[in-house]
Amino acid sequence: MSAPARSPQVLDDKISGGIGASPQRPDGTLKVRGEFAYASDLWHENMVWGATLRSPHPHAGIRSIGIAKALAYPGVHAVLTHADVPGENAYGLKHQDTPVLAEDRVRYQGEPVALVAADHPEIARQALKLIEVDYEVWEPVTDMERAAHDETLPRLHENGNVVRHQRIVKGDPDARADVVVSGVYELGMQDQAFLGPEAGLAVPAEDGGVDLYLATQWLHVDQKQTAHALGLPVEKVRLTLSGVGGAFGGREDLSMQVHSCMLALHLGRPVKMSYNREESFFGHVHRHPARMYYEHGATKDGDLVYVKARMYFDGGAYASKTPVVVGNGTTLSVGPYNVPNAHIEGWGVYSNNPTCGAMRGLGAVQPTYAYESQMDKLATALGMDPAELRIRNAMSEGSTTVTGQVVDFPAPVAELVRRVRDMPLPPPNTDELGFPGGAANTTHGEGVVRGIGYGVTIKNIAYAEGLDDYSTARVRLQVIGGEPTALVHTAAAEVGQGLVTVQQQIARSELGVERITLHTSDTSVGDAGSSSASRQTYLTGGAVRNACLAVAERVYALAAERFGVEATNLSGGKVVAADGAVVADLAELLGEDVIEETREYHHRKTYPLDPETGQGNAHVQYGFSAHRAVVDVDTELGLVKVVQLDCAQDVGKAINPDAVLGQIHGGSAQGLGLAVMEEIQVTDGVVRNPSFTDYLIPTILDMPPMRVDILERPDPHAPYGVRGVGEPPTISATPAVANAIRAATGLELPRVPIKPEHLTGT
Amino acid sequence: MDFFRPDSLAEALAAKAEHADAVPIAGGTDVMVELNFDHRRPAALLDLGRIVELHEHGRQDGKVRIGAAVPYARIIDELGRELPGLAMAARTVGSPQIRNRGSVGGNLGAASPAGDSHPALLAANAEVEIASIRGTRMVPVKDFYTGVKRNVLAPDELITAVHIAPATGAQQFSKVGTRNAMVIAVCAFGLALHPDQKRVGTGLGSAAPTPRPATKAEEFIATELDWESPKPLADSVLRRFGALVAEAASPIDDVRGSAAYRRHALAVLARRTLGWAWSEHLGGGRRACA
Amino acid sequence: MRVNVTVNGKQRTADDVWPGESLLYVLRERLGLAGSKNACEQGECGSCTVYLDGVPACSCLVAAGQAEGGDVRTVEGLADGDRLDSVQQSFLDTGAVQCGFCTPGLLVAAHDLIERNPAPSDPQIREALAGNLCRCTGYEKIMDAVRLAVERKQATT
Ligand SMILES: Cc1cc2nc3c(=O)[nH]c(=O)nc-3n(C[C@H](O)[C@H](O)[C@H](O)COP(=O)(O)OP(=O)(O)OC[C@H]3O[C@@H](n4cnc5c(N)ncnc54)[C@H](O)[C@@H]3O)c2cc1C
Ligand code: FES
Ligand code: FES
Repeated sequence: MSAPARSPQVLDDKISGGIGASPQRPDGTLKVRGEFAYASDLWHENMVWGATLRSPHPHAGIRSIGIAKALAYPGVHAVLTHADVPGENAYGLKHQDTPVLAEDRVRYQGEPVALVAADHPEIARQALKLIEVDYEVWEPVTDMERAAHDETLPRLHENGNVVRHQRIVKGDPDARADVVVSGVYELGMQDQAFLGPEAGLAVPAEDGGVDLYLATQWLHVDQKQTAHALGLPVEKVRLTLSGVGGAFGGREDLSMQVHSCMLALHLGRPVKMSYNREESFFGHVHRHPARMYYEHGATKDGDLVYVKARMYFDGGAYASKTPVVVGNGTTLSVGPYNVPNAHIEGWGVYSNNPTCGAMRGLGAVQPTYAYESQMDKLATALGMDPAELRIRNAMSEGSTTVTGQVVDFPAPVAELVRRVRDMPLPPPNTDELGFPGGAANTTHGEGVVRGIGYGVTIKNIAYAEGLDDYSTARVRLQVIGGEPTALVHTAAAEVGQGLVTVQQQIARSELGVERITLHTSDTSVGDAGSSSASRQTYLTGGAVRNACLAVAERVYALAAERFGVEATNLSGGKVVAADGAVVADLAELLGEDVIEETREYHHRKTYPLDPETGQGNAHVQYGFSAHRAVVDVDTELGLVKVVQLDCAQDVGKAINPDAVLGQIHGGSAQGLGLAVMEEIQVTDGVVRNPSFTDYLIPTILDMPPMRVDILERPDPHAPYGVRGVGEPPTISATPAVANAIRAATGLELPRVPIKPEHLTGT
Repeated sequence: MDFFRPDSLAEALAAKAEHADAVPIAGGTDVMVELNFDHRRPAALLDLGRIVELHEHGRQDGKVRIGAAVPYARIIDELGRELPGLAMAARTVGSPQIRNRGSVGGNLGAASPAGDSHPALLAANAEVEIASIRGTRMVPVKDFYTGVKRNVLAPDELITAVHIAPATGAQQFSKVGTRNAMVIAVCAFGLALHPDQKRVGTGLGSAAPTPRPATKAEEFIATELDWESPKPLADSVLRRFGALVAEAASPIDDVRGSAAYRRHALAVLARRTLGWAWSEHLGGGRRACA
Repeated sequence: MRVNVTVNGKQRTADDVWPGESLLYVLRERLGLAGSKNACEQGECGSCTVYLDGVPACSCLVAAGQAEGGDVRTVEGLADGDRLDSVQQSFLDTGAVQCGFCTPGLLVAAHDLIERNPAPSDPQIREALAGNLCRCTGYEKIMDAVRLAVERKQATT
């Protein structure tokens, strides 16, 4: 069968601007015209709509599933259950513990149980209600700490309820200090809340395989898992990236992939699935809620002596990325500070709460909130300025982390803090909409107190703990219409971050060619890894560079052969020698030749942590950012208005400075959201607010103006010196806002999001 | 599902009489959410969109008559001087897009305790005009709500308008939400000074199964205010007023907030709004909605 | 049922419309105009914003039948052929577009603001766009885009 309408789409190849410039996005014009095809926009002749029946119970046995009535409903084409899963009914990013469709039990509210395909979404919805599932409702496991330690609780999976336990011991775990502060900190469950719903269109193919057009963060991992569940060889399951409306980690696990393909293969017809907002809350993983016990010891002068921490991460029903959250959480547990002694323990557990997995700032958001709260508490105990305390203990190049890893690249933490501290402060508010409460007329200044707070973070970039992390790029150089043109092909997912722009910029700079065409991302080229862990500019950027360099080598060889001159450079459409002399015009040299090279980029090797001591060179690179938040708090009503949110971040090298700013702005907004409003509220395993009416994300009236300082201290081990950008600002914004609210109120505030109830003691 | 598209009020009333299970749809900002998420599957929709009478406002017997389907945006733009309390409440509803279509008639039809127009309507002693083929009746707004999302409408009736006396004194509306825009009220409070009647009107939102006035607080403050020679109010009076407003509430714990917080916040809102309104009264002026 | 609407200046007809369908669904799935987005279908995100009879509305909250005989202008109707509207151009120039899912709705809302108020203050811009959620940009560059569009409009008039 043919491709769906509007896919693939052709991005703009007539933009100029290489590395360090901020050219327009090649998909920008399509996007502002409303012509960019997102996964939910796809349409195919003869397609039907798929829908998912989900469990209403967080923990239950399934005695039987009756599909006859649903199947008989007019307009319904298929009703499928676990019995129809062609391959193994199990998938998962780290552990294959997740059923495609539930068999004899469900482990969370919203777990997929059956599928329907019908002529119209309304018919599909009504048919879902006709499926009869006989549940035996069980008591849910809901407390993460009990799940870690209480052997009497039901075991949700074969190996018990602990997904990963990691200990890290550095120096003297029993060290003593002059000044000791401690606290117990909690984070609620945050949602990625990307705007584009989970969606895909599966088209059965003549070879018995299937073509899936979809929104995802990682084509190849979807392909592998989908093929396995379909019982097909990977090459028969071909994935093509469609427009992605944001991701933030929430598209790393499978949602509709296997389901839509099952229906399409069963019917021999294209099947479209697109979740609505409510289903989206059940259809993807969230950020792990956490409970963290911290103790910091310092000398009277304010030097950190030790950190002790016990941290619990609630992974919910299935493992997803919980092992990585425990790894990141423990290894980043003391923050960007020099700490000679530490004893850290982290547990990631199964429960009957919603499954948690990847979200921007994976595993670092939780401890950063805790240790940055501790740093303020310590500053108060020491009578020290909170910025000064951070600067005093800031790690730097050459520091040794809590896992014994020596930082062998710039780590300008102290400077980042100084920069945000020294930015000008905003004047008192004079605008009626500018008070806490915004448009709702709750105060004209009564009860309003201003506070300033800091947050600083360290985040590991790219994959860690021994994973071979790489990306692949294919670059083809040829003359089209008299103009040398490069075609760049990767499987990397553009999710909004601007990777398409960066790929063009790199190819332009490396090949000295203006016209860069982008091949739609699909699985016909090698794996690019995920658009997560702030890694794509680093890894896929590196792969595009490598492929371009290989292409350039072949051009130089051609020039040597033709002119006997050694060329070293491609620039402005010319082939150039080391002394700057033009050797040849690129277009003329190429003539009819097509030069194509495919290359991978692998980052430096990392190593697993020692299972006992947690020591090891687990990470390849760190990103650092610092925020200063200025807030106005209506102390009587407990309402907060963030007045200013400033950030300084080291990005190594800004390949595209505008896109870097965009990442910092957007990340900061998500961090602000977690600080004051965002939480999926779960009671006894049941989600109470699966809607944008009650899961609140910041509006334009909640986001304050931002000042951003971008530092560029190149990492000598990374391509162009880049450092991952996307995650750090999400992480440090939350504690900055929380600390500012503490400064305004003097309250302890051990939990985010901070609610009016916490601020008013009600 | 059927879709009725009456061109006049008479046609609409006839349709409603014939199809009691037809759900009226004005701005659609409540109805469509319920339809999109399969929370409601009525036998028919009765579109009020083309009925001119419901989209007009004007004067009748000295009162402002607002057609049931007049959107909030027009109340803000066109009635801010006469009905500042309602206009302030309207300004806090949803977003510009919601205010361009959502209506007071729809707010009353939905009768959610969180509806923002209710506190303002209560404080201003609005009356609801209700019609059917049997005739027209007027219901004081305080008698309109009968339970959570329930009202006095009979199956064949439509809300045709609300009638509100133009403000004779300062009016205020405040709403607590956990976001600085586009948020359903955690709780809300409306207040209107009626110097002509020497009384203060109040209305509570998201504070009980139905919107309701704080009667004891109204009675208390009526005895405290000196309308002849107005003086600044003692803090103790403001606080007592706040406490009585909080006592009038019987809120619940839900995803948006705790009952205890709602009570606390209502006391603060009541104290502040009375303070603002009374100083405006002292200043002799009346502040129109921004 | 049948629904007739004028969309971006053209008379369009959709047949077999289920009466519970929204205008958004009809635009996207029946008239091939997928530019208006479906991020929430509960009025909260504004990504489906269109002009309905000259007034910006969430098309997910308009029953298709309510639009009968109406005049709809969507994001696809903002540009004049190949020439982008100045709001569209400003969003491009300032980098206000990331994933772009919020963009169509924001463009209509911003377009309307500038039509009604040729010199909006920052707070006025914020209040006017408070019904359009964006999860990617933190709104900073959206503010820049609207300010730029305002500036450009002032420069040409
Ligand atoms: C994103 C969003 C934000 C919102 N924010 C707020 C908010 O901040 N504050 C607030 O108060 N509300 C809010 N709402 C709810 C809604 O906008 C209001 O209740 C609005 O007043 C409803 O008006 P409408 O004309 O759209 O009603 P509809 O949706 O058309 O109707 C609502 C109900 O009233 C009935 N009805 C309508 N007109 C009549 C009539 N003339 N006679 C009899 N019955 C009738 C309908 O059958 C239906 O039951 C929000 C909604 C959304 C989607
Ligand atoms: S899709 Fe209409 S407002 Fe979100
Ligand atoms: S750009 Fe992605 S939601 Fe706004």
